[in-house]
Amino acid sequence: MAVEASEHLNINVQGDRLRIGVAGAWTLTVAAGLDQRLRRVAGGAEGDADKQRARNVVIDAGGLTALDSAGAWVIGRTARSFQDAGAEISFEGLRDDFAALLNAAELGEPDVPIRPARVNPFVAVLAHAGEAVVSAALVGRDLLGFFGFTLVTIFGLLTFRRRLRGVAFINQIEATGLNAVPIVGLLCFLVGVVLAYMGALQLERFGAAILTVNLVGVSVLREIGVLLTAIIVAGRSGSAFTAQIGTMKVNQEVDAMETLGLSPIDVLVMPRLLALMVALPLLTFIGDILGLAGGALIAVMNLKMTISQFLTQLSLAVDFWDFGTGMIKAPIFAYVIALVGCHQGLKVSGSAESVGQRTTRSVVESIFIVIVLDAAFAVFFAELGI
Amino acid sequence: MSDTEAPAIRIRGLVNRFGDQVVHDGLDLDVRRGEVLGVVGGSGTGKSVLLRAIIGLQRPAAGEIELLGEPIVTGEGELATRKLQGRFGMMFQDGALFSSLTVAQNVQAPMREVGGISPVLMDELARLKIQMVGLPADAGAKYPSQLSGGMRKRASLARALALDPAVVFLDEPTAGLDPIGAANFDRLVSDLQRSLRLTVVMVTHDLDSLVAICDRIAVLVDQKILVDTMEALVTNPHPWIQDYFHGPRARAAFETARHASGRPA
Ligand SMILES: Nc1ncnc2c1ncn2[C@@H]1O[C@H](COP(=O)(O)OP(=O)(O)O)[C@@H](O)[C@H]1O
Ligand SMILES: [Mg+2]
Repeated sequence: MAVEASEHLNINVQGDRLRIGVAGAWTLTVAAGLDQRLRRVAGGAEGDADKQRARNVVIDAGGLTALDSAGAWVIGRTARSFQDAGAEISFEGLRDDFAALLNAAELGEPDVPIRPARVNPFVAVLAHAGEAVVSAALVGRDLLGFFGFTLVTIFGLLTFRRRLRGVAFINQIEATGLNAVPIVGLLCFLVGVVLAYMGALQLERFGAAILTVNLVGVSVLREIGVLLTAIIVAGRSGSAFTAQIGTMKVNQEVDAMETLGLSPIDVLVMPRLLALMVALPLLTFIGDILGLAGGALIAVMNLKMTISQFLTQLSLAVDFWDFGTGMIKAPIFAYVIALVGCHQGLKVSGSAESVGQRTTRSVVESIFIVIVLDAAFAVFFAELGI
Repeated sequence: MSDTEAPAIRIRGLVNRFGDQVVHDGLDLDVRRGEVLGVVGGSGTGKSVLLRAIIGLQRPAAGEIELLGEPIVTGEGELATRKLQGRFGMMFQDGALFSSLTVAQNVQAPMREVGGISPVLMDELARLKIQMVGLPADAGAKYPSQLSGGMRKRASLARALALDPAVVFLDEPTAGLDPIGAANFDRLVSDLQRSLRLTVVMVTHDLDSLVAICDRIAVLVDQKILVDTMEALVTNPHPWIQDYFHGPRARAAFETARHASGRPA
């Protein structure tokens, strides 16, 4: 009685004799197509009786023209499952080379999981939340430790016990400072324009349009210039620090450095940190000037002021400390951005994916800390009365 | 093997250049279907570059390359070899595993592209390939960064063999394997090669592999390639070839091979 007949598979049952004919090219796609069918035959899902009865199984491989490891696996697995059920199994017409492959395609330990263990989703969410809290605390602690480490290193540099890598330092100033001038300048200018425009609209209603100059002057110099610049630099250079150092970690370049007696802190972190502390104040200064220029443009165009009127009003509105408070913050923000960027870069482990995750974190963390610090400074300066 | 069938690989007048460094200069090569070709040559003679050129990753300065009868033209955009997907596999010298996937997922990646294979069968096949290359079964659930260098090579080999391709390129496959693993690997390549008429192009410095499984040997010298059987190459007067096949390691390998096959000296 023929149970199944196709180009590749032909199954015959006669009493307790089961004859499985395999023919043609048993390669991956064929094997994948017939896999379910053979699984059912071997598993006895259709007619357990058949399987019980099959005491004698013959696999006729006379017509087999090609066999790859997928085909060999499927055929071999079928044969073994009959064997395990106590049947007598034999092959007919099997070529020697196919026999070798059939033997090779046998799993020693078929049940070892090859997927990472999966956990209950509820537990996973809970564990994830817990992990996030703990890791936030750990990041804080690590970052503080790293901060201390860099302070010690800077102290070493100041007392000439360590050497600054001059070329790297200059390169970093170019990459993080000079190359950022156009974007920082443009964005600060546009924000100055927007601020003056919106301010003028509101203040004109009270007949106090002239105070637009005070608004632009104070907010650009105290807050917007430095904050906007710091955020742009965090996105531009903080991320670059993490990605550069992280890729070197993945390639084990950082490990190689350690074995050669080079300190990654000296070679990678210090040039970037110090370069950013020079570059960010300079960029902030440029940002301040262009922010004010944006305000001046609107004052001239919308408020019919002259440049000299604008400047006179500006000098009445702001004093040195409006500018000074902004500039004091710049190197501190630079320190934070470089610190977080390098720290995250050094924490990269193993994979390319990890570089991406760390880069994201580096930008988010540094912008977060910059804004929190800015708020703290605002309170601090207000209390000091400057 | 019919004479009308196109050779697995046909190269004419291949020139590869980096700046003014000429790596290959008018190289010709025919690889027959179903043979195992060992490629040897000093470090930096362009063995890896040759493999990259054949599979279309490296644009040659001049010359023609055909892989399984298809001309390989490297230009902008899609690789010409994309349409040969699944018919050749490459094991890169440094592994080149996808770092965000587990070893099992790496092996399944090409199967997934084929489609129509049930997840259960894919898992079984992944297990099989992982075992075939001599990795412990639990390596399947690990990420490449959790493996040793030698294990990464094996995983990469498992991925190259995932679809049982017609032509496999192996760039120094046994470097970094222990001798037992290397011998097992040689046997595996032989088995697969015979049942599938697999064509294997294998860059190797492992003289044992060369003696054990290679039908012919291609030697990269003087920006050209010289292909012959081991017996013929041994008598070639070129100084590098003489050094290579008459060093102490070569003698040891020949000795072992003689013992293994039981032939008299
Ligand atoms: N992308 C590349 N750019 C420049 N030179 C390369 C590049 N890839 C390889 N080379 C040069 O080509 C030569 C051959 O390299 P390769 O094929 O990797 O050598 P090997 O035979 O050891 O595998 C080397 O001298 C190497 O410096
Ligand atoms: Mg190489």
